Amino acid sequence: MPVEPGSHRFRDAASSALKDPGLRANFRRAMDGLISKRAAQFADPVEWRDLKRLGSAIRARSLARLPELLERLEGRCLGNGIQVRWAETTEDANRIVLEILRSHGATRVVKGKSMVSEEMHLNEFLEEHGVESLESDLGEYIIQLDGETPSHIIMPAIHKNRQQIARLLGEKIRGARYTEDIDELTGIARRVLRKKFFEADAGISGVNFAVAETGTLCLVENEGNGRMSTHVPPVHIALMGLEKVVENLEDVPPLYSLLTRSATGQSITTYFNMITRPRTEAEKDGPLAVYLVILDNGRSRIFEDPELAATLRCIRCGACMNHCPVYTRVGGHAYESTYPGPIGKILAPQTDGVGARHDLVEASSLCGACGEVCPVGIPIPELIVRLRQEAAQPEPGSTVRGAGTGGSRGESLAWRLWAKSHRHPVLYRLLGLTATRLRRFIPGRLPVLAAWTSARSTPRPAARTLHELAKSAGVADE
Amino acid sequence: MISPETPPDERPADVYYYGTCLVDLFYPEAGLSGIRLLEREGVRVVYPQGQTCCGQPAYNSGYSSEARAVARSQIERFSRPWPVVVPSGSCAGMMKHYYPSLFDGDPFLERALEFAGRIHELTSFLVRVLRVRLVDRGEPARVTWHTSCHALREMGIRDEPASLLAQLERVEVIPLARESECCGFGGTFAVRHPEISAAMVEDKAAAVAATGAPTLLSGDGGCLLNIAGRLEATGQRVRPVHIAQFLWERTRAR
Ligand code: SF4
Repeated sequence: MPVEPGSHRFRDAASSALKDPGLRANFRRAMDGLISKRAAQFADPVEWRDLKRLGSAIRARSLARLPELLERLEGRCLGNGIQVRWAETTEDANRIVLEILRSHGATRVVKGKSMVSEEMHLNEFLEEHGVESLESDLGEYIIQLDGETPSHIIMPAIHKNRQQIARLLGEKIRGARYTEDIDELTGIARRVLRKKFFEADAGISGVNFAVAETGTLCLVENEGNGRMSTHVPPVHIALMGLEKVVENLEDVPPLYSLLTRSATGQSITTYFNMITRPRTEAEKDGPLAVYLVILDNGRSRIFEDPELAATLRCIRCGACMNHCPVYTRVGGHAYESTYPGPIGKILAPQTDGVGARHDLVEASSLCGACGEVCPVGIPIPELIVRLRQEAAQPEPGSTVRGAGTGGSRGESLAWRLWAKSHRHPVLYRLLGLTATRLRRFIPGRLPVLAAWTSARSTPRPAARTLHELAKSAGVADE
Repeated sequence: MISPETPPDERPADVYYYGTCLVDLFYPEAGLSGIRLLEREGVRVVYPQGQTCCGQPAYNSGYSSEARAVARSQIERFSRPWPVVVPSGSCAGMMKHYYPSLFDGDPFLERALEFAGRIHELTSFLVRVLRVRLVDRGEPARVTWHTSCHALREMGIRDEPASLLAQLERVEVIPLARESECCGFGGTFAVRHPEISAAMVEDKAAAVAATGAPTLLSGDGGCLLNIAGRLEATGQRVRPVHIAQFLWERTRAR
């Protein structure tokens, strides 16, 4: 099929990533490890099937009642003393965070890990406005030191190997010596961060699950930095995408189990924080003020389409990227979107437009590995195909952003011709005859074949088609 | 793993054979071998000459109306209530799972569903419906097996090919590293993102070569074409063969 020019951001970035053998090795090693840890967690296929069904049902139910649950969550939070702010865009969210900080006179912030804050490019925004914002998750801290963005939603610095991290910390932290010992490296970062937790005027975190019934914000983490960021500074601001709400406390344990086992292959994480209100007078610690900022950023538009709304079930475990043969080879930065890998392939085109990110929609062999491991049953490959349809032949009344902007005249003509020849047996057989009789003359440099033959020999049709063989072997026609 | 013989009355007397366009053009011998394997079990095989392609290339590229037109023309040529046996997990998956969704809200849906219900992948049909017993007549051989993504994840084909190969006494199957990882074919993906696809098939071909087996088996023409192209381009002496052809060649009476 003809390839039309369009946005080639992903293709170009992937092309350079593929030429970096160190990067490819880092990802392969890391992903292999994560795949086998997850596999050990779900060794019992029946338990996996049942838990996945339960998790999918909980997320589907939460989404089916999304507007109502969000209202309940807001009511509960307010009742508990957590202030709630709504942000339609990332600009709104940034502005809201800044206003809150200013109202408390806060100029130093420590952050727990939050992908929503990555969507907002919050650190840059705060720095521009005179607020120091320090990442306290080890991986996030490392990439912040290096001026990078996360390459994985769970392990943001996974593209770096131990030596690269050792060199970075040795260079950037005063008084730190070069060491490749993991415990020592962690110790270096810990010493810097400890001090910062106590100096900070405010802490910012993400939210893994927000419980409508009780107004509880759940935060899953391994390093304790999440607890420090949300409990030590006098102000805590929690950031969440509006899809993160669940109905009841009972909904949390199955999702939590699916999350940690799918993400890192852990039965449970070291820390699980449940935040319900600011410090009361009788308490000696905890923040004096807690805010919840709920971000839309294109989510409510995704929610409008009954099939594509499944995108919002995502609990951000990262398993789809760990198992993706494309992600493993090009790494997370090539996607040039906050969320890389398969979830990014369905999310970014919906938030940025299917035409604008068409190269992402195209970048799948539809092998199905992501859909197989997704703990909340998001049919990622099917949604990729759906987005390809929306790009080429949108449904009437489509709500998908940029619907109809991904195809091209040449391409749609090519497919029309293809359909014609494959609907008419005579035409089809004629094509088969031509290909088989001319098989020795197929030039490997034919433009449509050039992509194929860059890594493979020229395909040669057989001397006679199966149609012919079957006929001469006397196989019945009807 | 496999229970005793199917009672004779559960064995269909007639089956349709859906050759698929890739087998038609590139692996016709494999297609014919599949027919022979079925006929040897005493079923009559019907190969409608009007068949073309399942429509997956258009469907996966987002051109559903074209895919729908082709799908409809295929369904109409397989109108008797016989099982449809397909020597490809990928095309079988397309017809079984995506034909019905193509006709969602269309009066033709009922026929699409009825047709989808009759789709069987070849190895699964041999094992589960016909419960074949194979007698190995070949020389000792070492092979490795590549599973296709769609056979595995859409058709749920896991043990069937292995159980057939296990019946061949003189065949040793060398496990392939990362067996269930995609080979990078993905239809138009190979053309849209040639460098990524190339990186995938390079790794797959290297893993195949590393087994040391002189023969690579698979049940899908697309994967075979892709991996074979890479093996050939790098001068590897591995013969890629469709499992249907391999089974037939080793078990046919001489
Ligand atoms: S799409 Fe599924 S597998 Fe991927 S991050 Fe979200 S929940 Fe995990």
